[in-house]
Amino acid sequence: MKFTTTLAAAAALALGLGGSAIAQTKAGFIYVGPVGDLGWSYEHDQGRQAVVEAFGDAVETTYVESVPEGADAERVMTQMALGGADIIFTTSFGYMDPTLNVAAKFPNVKFEHATGYKRADNVSTYSARFYEGRHVIGLIAGRMTESNTVGYIASFPIPEVVRGINAAYLAAKSVNPDVQFKVVWVYTWFDPGKEADAANALIEQGADVIMQHTDSPAAMTIAEEKGIFAFGQASDMMQFGPTARLSSIIDNWGPYYVERVKAVMDGTWASVDTWDGIAPGMVEIGEFSDRIPADVQAEAQAASDAIAAGTLHPFTGPINKQDGSVWLAAGETADDGTLAGMNFYVEGVEGELPN
Amino acid sequence: MDFSALNPVSLMVSLIIAATPILLAAVGELVVEKSGVLNLGVEGMMIIGAIAGFAISVETGNPWIGMLAAMFAGAILALIFGFMTQFLMSNQVATGLALTLFGLGMAALLGQSYTGMKPPSTPHLNIPVLSDLPVVGSILFSHDPMIYMSIALVTGVWYFLNRTRGGLVLRAVGENHDAAHSLGYNVVLIRMGAIAFGGACAGLGGAYLSLVRVPQWTEGMTAGAGWIALAIVVFASWKPWRLILGAYLFGGVTILQLNLQALGIGISAAYLSMTPYLITIIVMVIISADRRRASMNAPASLGRIFHASH
Repeated sequence: MKFTTTLAAAAALALGLGGSAIAQTKAGFIYVGPVGDLGWSYEHDQGRQAVVEAFGDAVETTYVESVPEGADAERVMTQMALGGADIIFTTSFGYMDPTLNVAAKFPNVKFEHATGYKRADNVSTYSARFYEGRHVIGLIAGRMTESNTVGYIASFPIPEVVRGINAAYLAAKSVNPDVQFKVVWVYTWFDPGKEADAANALIEQGADVIMQHTDSPAAMTIAEEKGIFAFGQASDMMQFGPTARLSSIIDNWGPYYVERVKAVMDGTWASVDTWDGIAPGMVEIGEFSDRIPADVQAEAQAASDAIAAGTLHPFTGPINKQDGSVWLAAGETADDGTLAGMNFYVEGVEGELPN
Repeated sequence: MDFSALNPVSLMVSLIIAATPILLAAVGELVVEKSGVLNLGVEGMMIIGAIAGFAISVETGNPWIGMLAAMFAGAILALIFGFMTQFLMSNQVATGLALTLFGLGMAALLGQSYTGMKPPSTPHLNIPVLSDLPVVGSILFSHDPMIYMSIALVTGVWYFLNRTRGGLVLRAVGENHDAAHSLGYNVVLIRMGAIAFGGACAGLGGAYLSLVRVPQWTEGMTAGAGWIALAIVVFASWKPWRLILGAYLFGGVTILQLNLQALGIGISAAYLSMTPYLITIIVMVIISADRRRASMNAPASLGRIFHASH
């Protein structure tokens, strides 16, 4: 992998240097998986393509895929910066410290780090309020499960993922008091074989609805094969589970990427923290499957609309933490700071949260 | 904790499915290394096998033709490596790594139009009476035929290496290529044969992944399985039987820890997910405790370039 990324970066730079001498804005993108994962990295690349479409020849984009989180990421970013990139999007949580390190060395290059919480004068952070989407599909899961067991394939125990589990669980619980969540941590974003194994293990333990916070459509394929339900993650994944797929959470990065690249071109770029949800369209809910009864579809749509309108917050008290201590009093909603650093399960989620 | 929810039969079945791609690739690499060649391109050959097997299965509707195609594709890729290292005397480590990169890129290119497709399903064995036996029936007699093929392949490789003249010659080439050459054996030809066999096995392992274990094509879907296969060859100290042990141990611990997590056992998931690697390391430490014996098992000419001086 190390060599792949280095070579790919070198190739990207060679192409970049060979370009015309007109003052072009250069935007670089670093992905954690292959663009063909049909999930997380795929959607970021759709965002990159939206930039290409919006600005044509005025912007030159390069990307490096399958960059491991850690030292390799730092090397790829450095090469992009040396290659004249004006703005670099680093699209995985694990790129947080590498992004900060490289940004400190290249004060004139703008960095955009997805899903992180550390910023600098030339480092912005952006993320989507995926938990809003999790709330909507959590409602559907709670209604659709017959074994009252929802399986959840989780990647790494970071706030982003924990928040998703809590939001989905609370929503499912609100419509089905007997629902139980089984969470399996696979410690990878992308490994179709392992994701498939995890889905099988969960089904074996009685889950009849699978949710995932990993990047490949492997779990959807297994759900289709075993005749249970699942949700598309990051991208729609309809083609992998024509009957299994109930709905999906789709990441829509295009508008944000276009806006930020435009800001660099206009010289108005400033370090900000963006966290958009369903309302501005950064999080989209995929079309509902016909297998969801009409009243449940209406309920889920109403929840989605209420979140967009700002009248419903997925984390509204009373909510206790897993240990029984009070987190939110009745009617109280969670503040963004707590959500961004969420490191606890809410009451009712079983199992111990790894740290 | 309610362990009764843990079904040992289905655990065994998932374990075998998870271990088979690694086992297939590892048995091929074992033969290659026994002939004195180190091919680090297993990952590349696996992924080429995964896409070739998937694409041909989808086109023909027959998974068996797909698997044959995967073996063919893996062997072709391996022969490129063979040509470079055996005829052009290139460095084996560098060429093997390049092969992995080439395979990953090539597979991504070939696979572009195959994402989201459904492969034809691979039929499972159904022997009257035997397959219906409780427990034993599901563990032993109801898999897809590839599982039995992989065990038969390991048996065959063991028999060939240890009980046949051809195997003796192959090992001789791997231990001391100059001596084998002076006895009149065609070192390069024998190695090319071993390399092609290794490629075919890796290709088949890849096809098993894309046709049976996950059934789908996704770019980069081998996700390091080839590297684990390479590690398992060392783990097995170049003995075919230990490959089964290594692959099933690795697959088994992976599956077990996922199931224990789903069961909600009170051990932190972080520790559970470490276990496959931890156990591999522990076993390797035990095996290599006797350093003299461990190093004796490695083919003496492994990775060395052979140049026939006239």
